Amino acid sequence: MSLQKIQSVGIELKNIDLSYDDTQVIKNVSLKINKGEFFAFLGPSGCGKSTLLRLIAGFEHCQRGEVFLGGEEVSRLPPWKRNVGMVFQNYALWPHMTIWKNVAFGLEERKLPHHEIDQRVNDALELVGLQDYAQRRPNQLSGGQQQRVALARTIVIEPRVLLLDEPLSNLDAKLRVHMRQELLDLQRKLGLTTIFVTHDQEEANTTSDRIAVLQDGIVQQVGSPMELYDKPENLFVAKFLGSANVLNGNITTEDNETIFKDEKGLKISLHNCDIEGSKSIIFRPQNISICDQASNSADLNGLVQKREFLGNLVRYEIQVNQQSILVDEIYGRGKQPAEEGAQVGLSMDTDHVIIM
Amino acid sequence: MTSKTHKNPGQIALFLFIALFLLSFLIIPVVKVFYVAFIDVNSGSLTLINFKDFFNTSLFIESFNNSFYVATMSVLLATLISLPLAYFTTRFEFKGAIIIQSLGFVPLIMPPFVGAVAMQLLFGSNGSINLLMDEYFGFTIPFMEGLNGVIFVQSLHYFPFILINLSASLNNIDRSMEESAQNLGSSGMRLFRRIVFPLAMPGYVAGASLVFIKVFDDLGTPLLLNVNNMLAPQAYLRISSIGIDDPMGYVIAVILVIFSLFAMWIASLALKGKDYSTVQKGGGGLAKRKMRPFERIVAYFIVILILLTVLSPHFGLTLLSFGTIWSYSVLPDGFTPDHYVEIFAETPEFMMNTLLYASLAATIDIILGTSIAYLVLRTKIRFRYWLDYAAMAALAVPGLVLGIGYLRTFLGASIPFGDAPLATWWVMLVIALSIRRLPYALRACTSALQQVSRSLEEAAENLGANKAKTIQRIVLPLMSGGLLAGFVTSFATAAVELSATIMLVSTESDAPLAYGIYVFMQSAAGRGPGAALGMVAVLIVGLGTYFSHRIIEKGRRERSIENNNQK
Repeated sequence: MSLQKIQSVGIELKNIDLSYDDTQVIKNVSLKINKGEFFAFLGPSGCGKSTLLRLIAGFEHCQRGEVFLGGEEVSRLPPWKRNVGMVFQNYALWPHMTIWKNVAFGLEERKLPHHEIDQRVNDALELVGLQDYAQRRPNQLSGGQQQRVALARTIVIEPRVLLLDEPLSNLDAKLRVHMRQELLDLQRKLGLTTIFVTHDQEEANTTSDRIAVLQDGIVQQVGSPMELYDKPENLFVAKFLGSANVLNGNITTEDNETIFKDEKGLKISLHNCDIEGSKSIIFRPQNISICDQASNSADLNGLVQKREFLGNLVRYEIQVNQQSILVDEIYGRGKQPAEEGAQVGLSMDTDHVIIM
Repeated sequence: MTSKTHKNPGQIALFLFIALFLLSFLIIPVVKVFYVAFIDVNSGSLTLINFKDFFNTSLFIESFNNSFYVATMSVLLATLISLPLAYFTTRFEFKGAIIIQSLGFVPLIMPPFVGAVAMQLLFGSNGSINLLMDEYFGFTIPFMEGLNGVIFVQSLHYFPFILINLSASLNNIDRSMEESAQNLGSSGMRLFRRIVFPLAMPGYVAGASLVFIKVFDDLGTPLLLNVNNMLAPQAYLRISSIGIDDPMGYVIAVILVIFSLFAMWIASLALKGKDYSTVQKGGGGLAKRKMRPFERIVAYFIVILILLTVLSPHFGLTLLSFGTIWSYSVLPDGFTPDHYVEIFAETPEFMMNTLLYASLAATIDIILGTSIAYLVLRTKIRFRYWLDYAAMAALAVPGLVLGIGYLRTFLGASIPFGDAPLATWWVMLVIALSIRRLPYALRACTSALQQVSRSLEEAAENLGANKAKTIQRIVLPLMSGGLLAGFVTSFATAAVELSATIMLVSTESDAPLAYGIYVFMQSAAGRGPGAALGMVAVLIVGLGTYFSHRIIEKGRRERSIENNNQK
């Protein structure tokens, strides 16, 4: 099928500055996205991730910087000359056209011969499993089907790159998980360079080869999902990718033992640490566990303030020296959870402590 | 900071073309009117002497007072008609609500000047009602004497503006507003005064100020009722009898524009920052209760009384158009279709001209409206908002003023490739009609474009369609319903516009319907054919209104289906 021959390219953004009137929404962003990569822009709403995507598609214009598609500078090209496929958050299917017409639109604009348009529209609809819906209107389709039409309409033009603007946010939770797998399968099959904009870290983690975390129009960190999780470069990244306990204080060495002390007197002894001075330490809730107060492994003592049952986990909020610490315990049937108000010991997996 | 935007020469050309059009046919003529009003006829220098003369002439003072009095009283009477109707529909579960809703548009489909003569035959001192009252009760009521007649006809015609606005703002008050007041201990009149009334006030003021302007500016109704001591008729008479150089007509025109602006300003103050539409999802309007039997009788009595009064111009016009001779009698002496035969056989040009002018004017409106809406909403051309402001400014320019402006601005100019005067060329009338209707068409086009989501266009551009292609294949097809509705409304209202027409028509062969009605109604013998023409006008406006409602409703239904499916 013709769709498998898509010639995908890499994307490079160089020193992008973008403002709306007086508000700067993108601040000196430089990024390189490899050919064939599934790349995510991850960040809270208003961080500039959608703006960046729309800049690549040609709907926004930067005051400074350059956009390269496969080595070609495209900053001045209008959207219709860029050949980048974009799937919109609300799908943007044209209600006055049938599904078939929607998908054929881009090919008609390219003035392809009729038989080729027929062939490629059919192929694209088949690829997303909607060949039987060709003559329906968008409003006769469910959300998931509309999503597939939007995707078919975009890939049928064999774009150089695929841009997805929060494509799953309008679907219900179950369909979302299903569709993201479908998206990934399709991307792998076509080898299409893809940028996926999302505010959902789970979505980004499960699909992407690499993620750029954005905040306030600045790229905070770029890396694979696991790199970002294990080696966050700043507090924002640490907190945005999963829950994290963050403590601020001092690291000192006393009697050959490295000790972290926060300003309220909480003490944790660290191993394998040769850094000293005023630092923050970060650890995930699953890297600390509840044990008996009297036990040898108890590094800290605290009071159970709150308990949340999450199904596979029980999340505790434990008060230690006026600091709240989140602790996740795996839940198993018959396991007796600690009660709210109980005094418990906490044992820390210090190998997983991140020092910043 | 320079942005790397793509300058689109086509958009700039369009912008300049529209700007030039509005400048030539709206701004310059109005400025010209203002200019002449402030110029000394003899010396040509700037002066206030014309205004001094105006306020030193007792006839003009009287006219000014009369216009103000008639406009104010019409607002009051229209309020008296609207209040009970709005109250019944919003506070009670009342079957008569359907009648009231249709009352909302029935009067609007008949231009007031069309019904004026028929009203005189029904309510005048020798009209049907007074003849009957004199016979059975021995007294008469001067409904139609002088200014009373104007007030009566105008308020019957324009009260729907108040009714519609008032009912809409009452319906937009969420039940929770009332319930939370009750929850906090308020009830009855106190609740009405402190919660319901303030929330409904902006809608009322908007409707009332609209009625005030319309009545204050109206030329046709007083002319046809032969009430000449009001501002608009005075301006018309000065220009048409004394001549185009007489400054008094211009002074009156300036006063009319200033009052229009003032009333619009009041309305905008009332509405400013008061988007009181508080209805939550799923919540209804104010709590409604069932009427008690006695209340229902009273309510039906009031509604039917108002309905009969409101329909009387239509009823009277029908009688007149089919009647043989109708004078000093309750009903015409006999009935005949002759008047209809006469107008179709002898003066078909009135109808043909109307169809031509109104459809041309409506086409111009839709093209201008769509272009302005697109430039404003979808481009970044500097000063693009000025097109919108300029087009909307036409709201404050009465047809009479625009007509005077054209006569004066294009004075002495000839039509292209000919030697007839330009100002009274039929094309100028078409342009004047399109300028008059442009504000309404522009709002229709703007809302049609606003309903086309930006992303639908971006998706097309993303797939390779350039701006022009995107407009052609995506934007226009999606706007078509709204545009059609706008076209039909512009068409129907342009078809019965009298005040600009009466200034600009020079020969009967070029004249449209409204002018024909006016000419016929001048003589007793012409009333029959005039009424028949009036019925044609009512039919055009009625059908136009009906179809534009249908189109808008259809669009709304389709959109709501779509939204439901996308959820």
